[in-house]
Amino acid sequence: MTAAAQIQDVTKEYVMDGGTVRALRGVTLEIPQGDYVAIMGPSGSGKSTLLNLLGCLDRPSGGTILLGEDDVSRLSDDQLSEIRASRIGFIFQSYNLIPQLTVLENIEVPLYYQKRLTGKDRRRSRELAEMVGLGDRLDHRPTQLSGGQQQRVAIARSLVNDPYFILADEPTGNLDSVTTLEILDLLGNLNRQGKTIIMVTHEPDVGRRAKRITRLMDGMIQSDERLGKQ
Amino acid sequence: MSFLSLRTWQLGIKSLLLHPLRSLLTVLGIFIGVASVIWLLAIGEGISQKAQEQIEGLGADNIIVRSIKPPEEAGSASTFIVRYGLTREDFTRLTETIPTVERALPIREIRRRFSFGGRMVDGRLVGCTPEYAEVTRLEVDRGHFLSDAEVREKKNHCVLAAGTAQQLFPFEDPIGRSIHVEQAYYVVVGVMQHKDPTAAIGGSFAAQDFSNDVYIPITTLWSRIGDVIVTQRSGSREGEQIELSQITLRIDEVEHVMETAELVKATLARYHPQGDYGVTVPKELLDQARTTRLMFIIFMGLIAAISLVVGGIGIMNIMLATVTERTREIGIRRALGAKRRDIIRQFLVETVALSIVGGITGVLGGLTCRPVSNLIRSGLESAVPDVMKQLPQVIQTVVPVIVPWSIPLAFGISVTIGIIFGIYPAMRAAAMDPIEALRHE
Repeated sequence: MTAAAQIQDVTKEYVMDGGTVRALRGVTLEIPQGDYVAIMGPSGSGKSTLLNLLGCLDRPSGGTILLGEDDVSRLSDDQLSEIRASRIGFIFQSYNLIPQLTVLENIEVPLYYQKRLTGKDRRRSRELAEMVGLGDRLDHRPTQLSGGQQQRVAIARSLVNDPYFILADEPTGNLDSVTTLEILDLLGNLNRQGKTIIMVTHEPDVGRRAKRITRLMDGMIQSDERLGKQ
Repeated sequence: MSFLSLRTWQLGIKSLLLHPLRSLLTVLGIFIGVASVIWLLAIGEGISQKAQEQIEGLGADNIIVRSIKPPEEAGSASTFIVRYGLTREDFTRLTETIPTVERALPIREIRRRFSFGGRMVDGRLVGCTPEYAEVTRLEVDRGHFLSDAEVREKKNHCVLAAGTAQQLFPFEDPIGRSIHVEQAYYVVVGVMQHKDPTAAIGGSFAAQDFSNDVYIPITTLWSRIGDVIVTQRSGSREGEQIELSQITLRIDEVEHVMETAELVKATLARYHPQGDYGVTVPKELLDQARTTRLMFIIFMGLIAAISLVVGGIGIMNIMLATVTERTREIGIRRALGAKRRDIIRQFLVETVALSIVGGITGVLGGLTCRPVSNLIRSGLESAVPDVMKQLPQVIQTVVPVIVPWSIPLAFGISVTIGIIFGIYPAMRAAAMDPIEALRHE
């Protein structure tokens, strides 16, 4: 079984006014399919950089990143866009729904950039909305929804292209404790159904819900522990 | 996501409707630009068409020579009768010495009072020959125009213009009746159809109103009334002695008109050192009018183009603001798989949608040119009639003529401007780093 993502000796440097910042200094990480990884670490440890690289939003300065069988470390901007559209599901801390679109349309966005929308896609978007419990709000706008509901829409959106993995960047950072639990339960369920989830968080309680915690420090992996069976 | 897909357009329009007032104002900029292209060209065309029609009405193969009263000299005040203008001798000289003159038309005009029964009309008594009707483009309504025989035999016959006939004979048929002019009676043999007055063209050619005319053979006029006319003016009497008011020369070919005109001027100059005549060459005026028209179109087009560019700048301004405002959305879309060109397309569709709406409404606005200008004119006439009267006659009477090609032109330019001024903001949107854009608040 191939890994969902395989990171080999990846480095990332940013050239700034004050000199070069080495955000990642050789990270090697393998994420098998069906895994649920929490990437933790203090700010400046490089976890956002790692997330951007895994999300194909940026290219590494060195090393290789394999998503499935493709090496994405040297792809063009357009090719990266295609990979994002077809193989990666994003969940953000601030939900990042498009305000002028309805719930259903927001869920469909990754499909616009992939191919023409078919009736099947529409049905699938609807099913996903029902799965996250928003089947009765398909025509609502994001501003008419609570934070938890918006994040549910984002989760449905992250699933619509049937991605290799879901990248969640502090998915519960803006939510209260009750809603946080709901969202984490939803993610846990998805993982049990076989979805690979990579989550960045700095809350230990949230990190504990994953199967594995990878800690970063100063651009390197500090520890990588698999948690006991849940 | 393709450029032609309905979804792309739906999305663009949805985004525009998020800020209805802003979009409306942007559309207004393009609307004004497009409508003004059509309007200005239509007004320009209306003015030049009118001028051309009037000049063509004089005939491109004609040369018109008219008597002009010379400025009064210091010593001439004592003279009882002022003698000036074209003479019968001039007429013979012009017709016999210039071979390119095919036909010549002697005309003598006098202000007179016509009466029948108790009714009276003040109008123009025109002594002329049968060709007059053809050359001035008058059509017979009833009876016939003067014939060669009537001219030769100095008949006491007359032909009435439509206005004169209407006023003197509101109820009865004028044919066969006699009207009274000064001491003489003339039998009506024909009535002409109505003809619109011609406006003044050039310096020497005054406006002519044909509605209150009476036409008689020029030979009759010479023998009955003579050359001397005496008018009563506040107690004193003034006299003028004129043999011919006008000579209209018809030239055999249009190409000969210009050189013949030179010959005519040279011939007359020798016998009329005091300059008591004027030569009008319609063809010359026509050529001038065509050049003026071209310049007018260029000038109007330039003004309109400026307003379209201003509209385009409006679009660009709004789109730059929109792009900055929607940085976050751009980041989200990029993260979810939009390519740079998808982003360009999305914003370009919005500018094109704005300019198409502006273009369509602008064309509709442009088509209202004629009714609206009539409305404005009648509004001004009732509100400030004095000001209106002082305006040049062109402005009072011009009827805008929509130039057909100006419609696709204006629409095409507006869409082109939408694309040109939309590309830069769209490129700026597409060039954003998705990570930065996602972080944007």
